[in-house]
Amino acid sequence: MAQTWIKARRSWELYLLVLLPVLYLLVFKYIPMFGVLIAFKDFNAVDGILGSPWVGFKHFENLFASPNFPLLIKNTLAISFYALIAGFPIPILLALALNEIRTGFFKRAVQMVTYAPHFISTVVMVSIIILMLSPHVGIVERIFAFFGWSNTNFMGEPGLFKSIYVWSGVWQEMGYASIIYIAALAGVDPSLYEAARIDGASRFKKIIHIDLPSLIPITVIMLILSLGNVMGVGFEKIYLMQNPLNQSASEVISTYVYKVGLLGANFSFSSAVGLFNSVINLVLLLVVNFVARKVSENSLW
Amino acid sequence: MSHYQKIKEPLGDRVLLIFLYVLLAIIAMSVLYPLLYILSSSLSSPKAVVSGQVWLFPAEFSLRAYQSILGSSQLMLGFYNSIVYTVVGTLINVAFTVLMAFPLSQRGMPGRKYLMILMMITLFFSGGLIPTYLLVKDLHLLDTRWALWLPGAFSIFQVIVARTFFQTSIPIELQEASQIDGCRDSRYLWSVVLPLSKPILAVMTLMYAVGHWNAYFDALIYLRSEHLFPLQYVLRNLLILNAVDPGMLANTSQRMRDQGFEQVLKYALIVVTCIPVLVLYPFVQKHFVKGVMIGSLKG
Repeated sequence: MAQTWIKARRSWELYLLVLLPVLYLLVFKYIPMFGVLIAFKDFNAVDGILGSPWVGFKHFENLFASPNFPLLIKNTLAISFYALIAGFPIPILLALALNEIRTGFFKRAVQMVTYAPHFISTVVMVSIIILMLSPHVGIVERIFAFFGWSNTNFMGEPGLFKSIYVWSGVWQEMGYASIIYIAALAGVDPSLYEAARIDGASRFKKIIHIDLPSLIPITVIMLILSLGNVMGVGFEKIYLMQNPLNQSASEVISTYVYKVGLLGANFSFSSAVGLFNSVINLVLLLVVNFVARKVSENSLW
Repeated sequence: MSHYQKIKEPLGDRVLLIFLYVLLAIIAMSVLYPLLYILSSSLSSPKAVVSGQVWLFPAEFSLRAYQSILGSSQLMLGFYNSIVYTVVGTLINVAFTVLMAFPLSQRGMPGRKYLMILMMITLFFSGGLIPTYLLVKDLHLLDTRWALWLPGAFSIFQVIVARTFFQTSIPIELQEASQIDGCRDSRYLWSVVLPLSKPILAVMTLMYAVGHWNAYFDALIYLRSEHLFPLQYVLRNLLILNAVDPGMLANTSQRMRDQGFEQVLKYALIVVTCIPVLVLYPFVQKHFVKGVMIGSLKG
């Protein structure tokens, strides 16, 4: 105990350095955490967060009874799982394919090109989508016309919204997401390949029996992280892609929170929706991590 | 591999390899094509774009759209604002990240574990949008530049990356030697650790800077005054809400507007916004890759 005290006194400069970031965490992260109390209150600006009257679970009951609720949940989960199923395996396949190619101009060019869209901002990305798909003048329409297929107003079609969202995301992120798997493949012990070669394994067999198993640990980690985030569908892109025509397919929890809360100034109800969302997320993350640890010995902690 | 070691590859292997080359070429082209198409369209005349003459190369080469952009005070202000947000915001981010990560990397500091827990908790529980907004409002930061700098002063992911780097890449002997020479912790950070951490600082700076440059969400929530809007927010109004700045159309005839000048303008806007990031990109690509890899190390 006395020794800890001496050490602590000797590290006073470290405490001084960390003071500012810790203050930041307390103010900008922990105060909002307690601010979540307004989900159980009827917030009004005059009384503030602490002074507003308690109402218990009223806002949650309203949420569950709301006619929007099933649609919100359905859209959020459908978009998440679609994005997960389409977006998760492709970077792995890309990494496996790139790993077979000898280092050289072609490999570097493919990597450079596929990583680039990651740096395009959400606003520009959505503008590109809208421009490409716009009726009459967009390139996709022209390609469709070239093959004699019928044209549609892609952005106004609720049935197409999820696909547009998911596949444009795959286009943008597949390269960058593959980096982590490429790194894992670079770490495979070369003697495994030599042994496989001596035993006469084909290229394909090497991929199946050496590359794939060596990707399992990182894949499990990435899968836990993605599953823990299924309720947290990105607000930024969906909000920009929304229009009155596709709303029935594009309204998700995060856009609803923004609209009801900030645009509609319904702070308490909107906080309740947000809190409901984060609680489900947290529970999911814990459950998935627990299952992964039992099944595969790979987990976040 | 020298020639006498060479074993001829079996047919199946060669077929697979050719298949992979073709597949990767198709993927790379499908990523590249839309980007080239946008660039070409921005350099074409409105008539050529609307009538569908542009497939890969510019048709009826024209720089009119770019001239219009340079003439728009709204956009130029957006550019200026974005540069201010990016430079100051990134400086704050890097400073806070180092100040948080360095003490966390020092094994001799009691309470280090609790600091780590204090930080990690915020990854799993957060107040969410509304409570954060109310806090910013109560601090009177609404509609000021600080609203875009302070609420995201550092990313926990970057702190963990930096901490891992400090712990694994800087030999402990350096610290012992400097302590024997009477060097204090802050001096050690400034004179020994930071000069040795240039690669990780570069990666961190780039990631934060791109994040600031590309962000629109905080502006959407916290800003009301037009003179504070960053480029991305201005773009959102122009490109997605279709509210074209009249100043940009000032020098165009009615005929050009009818011919879809706005379409070309949008392509040019996309190109102009992406230029700062894409010009830097080839030079910094390998640093980004390194950043992802260091981040993937557990511990």
